[in-house]
Amino acid sequence: MGDFFQFTLTGLTIGSIYAIVALGFVTIYSVTKVINLAQGEFVMLGGLTMYSLSSFGMPYWLGFIVTIVFVSIIGWLMEFVLIRRAKGANPISLIILTIGTAIFIRGIASMVWGKDQLRVDPFTENKPVNIVGATITPQAIWVILIMLVVVSLLYILINKTMVGKAFQASSINPLAARLMGISPKKMASLSFTLSAALGALAGLAIAPIMFPSYDMGTMLGIKGFSAAILGGLGSAPGAVIGGLLIGLLESLGAGYISSGMKDVITFSVILLILLIRPSGILGEKSVGKGGL
Amino acid sequence: MNNMLTIENLSLQFGGVKALNDVSFHIEEGEIFSLIGPNGAGKTSMLNCISGLYQPTKGSMKFQNQEILTMKPYNRTGLGIARAFQNIALFAHMSVLDNLKLGRHIHMKSGLFAGGLYWGAAQKEEVEHRHAVEEVIEFLEMQDIRNVPVGTLSYGLQKRVEVGRALALNPKMILLDEPMAGMNSSEKEDMARYIIDMHETKGMTVVLIEHDMGVIMDLSDHIAVLDFGKLIGFGTPEEIQNNPEVIKAYLGEEEAG
Repeated sequence: MGDFFQFTLTGLTIGSIYAIVALGFVTIYSVTKVINLAQGEFVMLGGLTMYSLSSFGMPYWLGFIVTIVFVSIIGWLMEFVLIRRAKGANPISLIILTIGTAIFIRGIASMVWGKDQLRVDPFTENKPVNIVGATITPQAIWVILIMLVVVSLLYILINKTMVGKAFQASSINPLAARLMGISPKKMASLSFTLSAALGALAGLAIAPIMFPSYDMGTMLGIKGFSAAILGGLGSAPGAVIGGLLIGLLESLGAGYISSGMKDVITFSVILLILLIRPSGILGEKSVGKGGL
Repeated sequence: MNNMLTIENLSLQFGGVKALNDVSFHIEEGEIFSLIGPNGAGKTSMLNCISGLYQPTKGSMKFQNQEILTMKPYNRTGLGIARAFQNIALFAHMSVLDNLKLGRHIHMKSGLFAGGLYWGAAQKEEVEHRHAVEEVIEFLEMQDIRNVPVGTLSYGLQKRVEVGRALALNPKMILLDEPMAGMNSSEKEDMARYIIDMHETKGMTVVLIEHDMGVIMDLSDHIAVLDFGKLIGFGTPEEIQNNPEVIKAYLGEEEAG
C-alpha cells in the first residue's frame, strides 16, 4: 500500500506540471484555434531563466516574478510578430509556424545556457516528508500547490471578471464577440501571454526536481498536448484531469510494470480512451460548424 | 434633422453574384428606419455591411459624417453601432446578466491587466457597468431570468436578451434583424413596445428588418425597399404603400409563390 501512495504522489507531482502545460494549450486553442507546439519551450524558458536569476543571487520571490514577466513577454511577442502576421493561414501552416518557433527558441536557449542539465535550488528546505508511508519532498508539494493555485486563479479570471467573460465570448462565438466590441487581436494576445505565463510557472515549479536544460520542453510539450487532447482540447477542467491522469499512468506504469514501458502504457491508455471518446474526457462532441 | 447614416452607391459582390447593387439612402438621427424586401433581396447583407461583417465592393458609408467603410466591426461598435442577430448569437452557457455585461465591454477603460486582477478602478468600473446592465434588464422586463443560462430560455426570451445585449452597448444606432421572427402575437406586441420605447425614451436610431408589414407600417418613420440587391423604393410608409415598383415586387413574389 505504501508503494501505491508513493507512486500516486509522484504521479500527481508530474501530472500537475502536465496539467499546467495542458492549460496553456487550451488557453490558446480556445480563442485562436491555434495549436501552439512551442508551449513546452515556455516551460523550458521558465526553468532556465529562474536558474540564471537565482545564480545571480536574486531572491526567489523576485526571480519568480521576473521569470513570469519575461516569458509572458516572449509569448506576447510570438503572437504579435508571428501568429498575427499569419492570420488566415491554414491550420497546418500555423502548426508548422509554432514548431519553427519552438526550434528557434530551443536553438537560442542552447546558445545561451549550453547543453548541460542545470541545477536549481528548491523553493524551501527540501527535507523529505513522510505521508502515509510514502516519501514526498517539499518541492513536490510546492508543485501540486502551484497547480491548485493556477487552476483556482484561472477559474476566477475566466468566470468572475469582465476580461474573462470577453475571453470566453471570443472562444464561444468570435463573430458575435467582435460585434460586442471585443477585439479578437487583444484576446489572441491575452491568450498567448497567459499561456506563456502558465508555461513559465510550470518551468519554475519543476526546475528544482527535473534539472532544466535547453531540450526539456520537447517532452513536456508532448505530454501537455496529450493531456489537453485527452481532456478535450477546448476544456480547461479536461486539461487538468488529462494532465493528472497522464502523470498517474506514467508513475503507476513505471512502478508496477517497467520504467522503460511507462510511455507505451500511458499512450496506449490515451489511445484507448480516445477510441471510446474521440472528443476527449470533457470535450464536447462537435456537430458540423459552429458560429453564425 | 441630421443624418445618422449616409449610404452612397454601395455595392457588394460575392463572386459573380451582386448582393447589393449601387444602393443609396440615408437614415436620420432618432428615427425608426425599416429595410424591407422579398427573401434574398439583400436586407441582411446591408446590415452586415453597416455592422462591418461584410466589406462592400464599392461605395461610401458615413456614420455621423465619419467614413466607416473600411472600419473593423469592434471599432464601429465603439462609435455607437450595435447589432442584434436574426439567428440568435448569444453565449449560451452564460447567464442573461453575463451576456448583457459583455455588451458593456466596449466601455471598459481599465486595461487587461487591471481587469484581470479585478482591482481598484476596474472593480469600481464593473460596479458602474452593472448599474447600466440593470437598467436594460428593467427596460426589457427580464428581472425573473437575470441569472438563468440563456441556452435554457424560450426562443422569444432569447430574442429579447439578444436585443438587450445590443442595448447594453448604449448605442446611438441599433440594428435589429427580424427581432419578431418566430414570436407569438403577445411577444410581438412586447417587442414592438420596446422598439417604440428605445426610440422615444432613449432617443435611439433604430434600423429594423421585419417581414410583418403591419408592424413595419405602424412603427417606421422611413422605409427602404430592396429587391435583388437594388433599391426600388425609399420614403415614408404612405409613399411606400403607393409605390408601384414596390407593389409589383411584392405581388410578383406572391404570384411566384
